Amino acid sequence: MNFPAELRYTKEHEWIKVDGDVAIVGITDFAQGELGDIVYVEIETVGQTLAENDIFGTVEAVKTVSDLFLPIAGEILEVNQTVIDSPETINSDAYGEGWLVKIKPSNLADVEALMDVDTYKQHIGL
Amino acid sequence: MEQTEQLKLVFLNDVHVALGAKMVPFAGYSMPVLYTNLIQEHLAVRNSVGVFDVSHMGEFVVKGERATEFLQYVTSNDVAALYDGKVQYSCLPNDKGGIVDDLLIYRRSENEYFVVVNASNIEKDWNWMQSHNTFDVEMQNISDGISLFAVQGPKGVATMQKLTDLDLGSMEYYTFKEGTVAGIENVLIATTGYTGAGGMEVYVKNEDAKTMWDAIFAAGAEFGIVPVGLGARDTLRTEMGYCLYGNDIDDTTSPIEAGLGWITKFNKEFVNSAFHKQIKENGPTKKLVAFEMVDRGIPRQHYEIMDATGNIIGEVTSGTQSPSLNKGIGLGYVAKEFSKLGTEIYINIRNKYLKAQVVKLPFLK
Repeated sequence: MNFPAELRYTKEHEWIKVDGDVAIVGITDFAQGELGDIVYVEIETVGQTLAENDIFGTVEAVKTVSDLFLPIAGEILEVNQTVIDSPETINSDAYGEGWLVKIKPSNLADVEALMDVDTYKQHIGL
Repeated sequence: MEQTEQLKLVFLNDVHVALGAKMVPFAGYSMPVLYTNLIQEHLAVRNSVGVFDVSHMGEFVVKGERATEFLQYVTSNDVAALYDGKVQYSCLPNDKGGIVDDLLIYRRSENEYFVVVNASNIEKDWNWMQSHNTFDVEMQNISDGISLFAVQGPKGVATMQKLTDLDLGSMEYYTFKEGTVAGIENVLIATTGYTGAGGMEVYVKNEDAKTMWDAIFAAGAEFGIVPVGLGARDTLRTEMGYCLYGNDIDDTTSPIEAGLGWITKFNKEFVNSAFHKQIKENGPTKKLVAFEMVDRGIPRQHYEIMDATGNIIGEVTSGTQSPSLNKGIGLGYVAKEFSKLGTEIYINIRNKYLKAQVVKLPFLK
């Protein structure tokens, strides 16, 4: 399993990457592996400003449904149409083509409070 | 049942763990739900061959001069239609209008049957059958000593044929033979299964289970045989619309409502048969229907089924994304007036009413 060092992580197995004043959010390699084949992604919160840990969407594997929790407060700017059209992209490239949303963080510094890669690895027992 | 009851293990538990299977509690057993990838396992069965260890299933032997009479009374299907070597799908009706369990009945002779029941219901079925045994029938629960492998898929028969001189190719659907398979004597091998993909089910004593498992995988290597978990077992059976006890049928559902009229025969008397006959004659007020999603979405067990104006008309009992069809499919009970083929219904998926259509089974033609 792959966990890039430049990302921050959450207990709910999302990752976040800051890119200027925007942040990109996805689910981790661990999360996609646990879910198995992802067959459906529903994110209908574009334009909404949500709080930290609010549900911003849902991913479904063949047998399971899993909510998506926003790592930090912010406005949902954009959904990755690739994962809507081809949900399996999350399985094959969780940190790249399989990103989920771009957000405008309410406070960029909130990212600093999230887990770094070593803490996240401990969290999942690696 | 004890609260602290430990999970039981199938005899080849260590084999599944060594294969890297994800093990989950199911029906009181620790069972392999997935080995590598659900969709790949599903498609291996649809396209070639895959093996399920379903040794958690329960097996009873029913013997005695009045064995046929006994089974006629406790089960809904017509046991008299069986002949030696024939298998029948049936159910055990309870006395409250529902179903104790669904089961398979294998006729070995007029006076001896082999009955296969769901793992979660072994004790319940045993007690139920015993409580109706006024026919001096001898019953044995041999569940803990038997391993069951389902070798399913279009290459399932060819795989097993490599291991035996028994002529498997000529066997009709839902029949069985007993003989030597993979050098093991007294193996029961049947053209049954729960996938709709063809193939066989093989019953062996636990002490022969490892030999049989290894022989099956060696024989199936040329067909790309893979072990398959319960996850794919569920998606495979859902694509065929096969009922799962606990989901689609239970202690409260009538076989007539569940679309199991074909295993409910009124040319004989059975437990509560008058009640079910009346349902059949009057028409059931609710029916189990199959539906496909028209809108994009995946139905799941317990989601509400609605009509076009938002009234709740039923509940989803089984639902999944179909790996073969790449769309959401499901089963659910609806009020009778919504059960006609082609009827538009709506599934409440996270408070959105997504359109679906009542279709004919199986989903996979």
